[in-house]
Amino acid sequence: MTIQEVQDEIIDEFSMFEDWEERYQYMIDLGKTLPLIDEKYKTEDNIIKGCQSKVWVHADMSNDKINFTADSDAIITKGIIAILIRAFSNQHPKDIIEADTYFIDKIGLKEHLSPTRANGLVSMVKQIKLYAIAYQTQLN
Amino acid sequence: MSKLAEHTDFNAKTIRQDFPILNREVNGKPLIYFDNAATSQTPQQVIDVIVDYYSNYNANIHRGVHSLSQEATDAYEQARIKIQHHFNAKHAHEIIFTAGTTHGINLVANGFSSLLKKGDEIIVSALEHHSNIVPWQMLCERTGARLKVIPMNENGELILSEFDALLNENTKLVFVNHISNALGTINPIAYMIKEAHKVGAAVLVDGAQSCPHIKPDLQALDVDFYVCSAHKMCGPTGVGILYGKEEWLKKLPPYQGGGEMIAEVSFEKTTYADLPHKFEAGTPNIAGGIAFGAAIDYMNSIGFKNIANYENKLLEYATEQLLLIEGLKIYGTAKNKTSVISFNIGNIHPYDIGTILDKMGIAVRTGHHCAQPIMDYYKIPGTIRASFMFYNTIEEIDTFITALKKAVLMLS
Ligand SMILES: Cc1ncc(COP(=O)(O)O)c(C=O)c1O
Repeated sequence: MTIQEVQDEIIDEFSMFEDWEERYQYMIDLGKTLPLIDEKYKTEDNIIKGCQSKVWVHADMSNDKINFTADSDAIITKGIIAILIRAFSNQHPKDIIEADTYFIDKIGLKEHLSPTRANGLVSMVKQIKLYAIAYQTQLN
Repeated sequence: MSKLAEHTDFNAKTIRQDFPILNREVNGKPLIYFDNAATSQTPQQVIDVIVDYYSNYNANIHRGVHSLSQEATDAYEQARIKIQHHFNAKHAHEIIFTAGTTHGINLVANGFSSLLKKGDEIIVSALEHHSNIVPWQMLCERTGARLKVIPMNENGELILSEFDALLNENTKLVFVNHISNALGTINPIAYMIKEAHKVGAAVLVDGAQSCPHIKPDLQALDVDFYVCSAHKMCGPTGVGILYGKEEWLKKLPPYQGGGEMIAEVSFEKTTYADLPHKFEAGTPNIAGGIAFGAAIDYMNSIGFKNIANYENKLLEYATEQLLLIEGLKIYGTAKNKTSVISFNIGNIHPYDIGTILDKMGIAVRTGHHCAQPIMDYYKIPGTIRASFMFYNTIEEIDTFITALKKAVLMLS
């Protein structure tokens, strides 16, 4: 699936929720169930320190596609990470760099991704793009 | 009954009507504002004063001959006198207007640069707002003085025997907050000031958290410096005061150069203005200073005794109700504390609880509350902090408890 297709799929899923509770319960459940990162990558180097919650991100590439794994100490943050990773993982670096992430707005995640929120998620999206740029230069 | 006479029948529901913001909704729910330790809300009486200033007599102070400037200067200086009386300072010129607590602390720390030498010691407490430890660390770097820390116990109380042991003839300054923002502990400042003076050390008390709850008598306390912020006590942001004993303020060099703080200027030599202007360089927050005076009038019209009685009831009730929630742990259980409750529930991250509560219109603080050393002591990343003011109600606490239970259900 392309990044756009994944985004549309996520938007579809979220449109079924009636209220904030269902939306949040879904994100919390995602946060609880997903094993997101190999413990050995939860290093100081891979940590993004938000004032409120911590985020770890790791990337590797195989067959010209990047795979992201990540984690957070807060469950809601972790649930959001799971959604972000679903959109960006297993994609070509060039597509990640060029991606327009309109789904964030559409599914009501914008408040969590505001730069003033200090939960590490904004830096995480930035970090995902930086990894993509780095891997793209390897491919060139 | 005069306007300033204390309400005899204290009624939070009536008082709430003074605060327009308390009528608003957040995420479709009536706002419940429990983040008062970060900033308090502003009553209409104070908002009106700000609007009146800008609508009717906005002008620069201390320099114009024209009427507006005179009116503005009078109002600003009247506010200074009001503040002097409220805190019971001996002289109005011992009240320096600042941008807030942080500014006042930096002003004192900077002033002590020229008074300290290598081998001198500064004592701070383990309960400080961490950004307020930085000015003292910088002062130590500049002068070669050493920073000593008074440790706390499991309840979040300072260990006074350790404080006594730290005091010696090298101690030049003691810095302590009156009330801890993270835990709500009320520190025994009267005792600490008395003991510090025995070794000749000056004491600076950070009143940011106590000014909305306790009306201090600065002369009776015999404190050397006291700082606070208007926004913690129903006033506007960006204004506060530094109180200093006259003899200390004369000893300290000016902090910033600029207009208002000089008597005569030539390229060879400038002589500084008298107190308080020596420390008030540039155009100050005039509307803020005047509104600070109005906030003090407002708080006194409610009455600090009423405030303390009522807030204690809120604290007791909330503590009791919170402890009924399974797995809930309160940090900061000092015998003497104000209406601040820091807690965690099981292993749930404070950020998750805070996010869900916000969805239900409830504003609390989550995180380390700028008190990382305290969080490190308890080995936790942070807490949820609910802090109450006299305009909060028992019903709000009930709604908060129900919301918390729901958050726990969603998150476990
Ligand atoms: C104990 C304490 N000191 C200082 C401050 C800083 O006050 P301001 O930001 O108004 O300078 C605060 C505010 O959070 C505080 O709680």
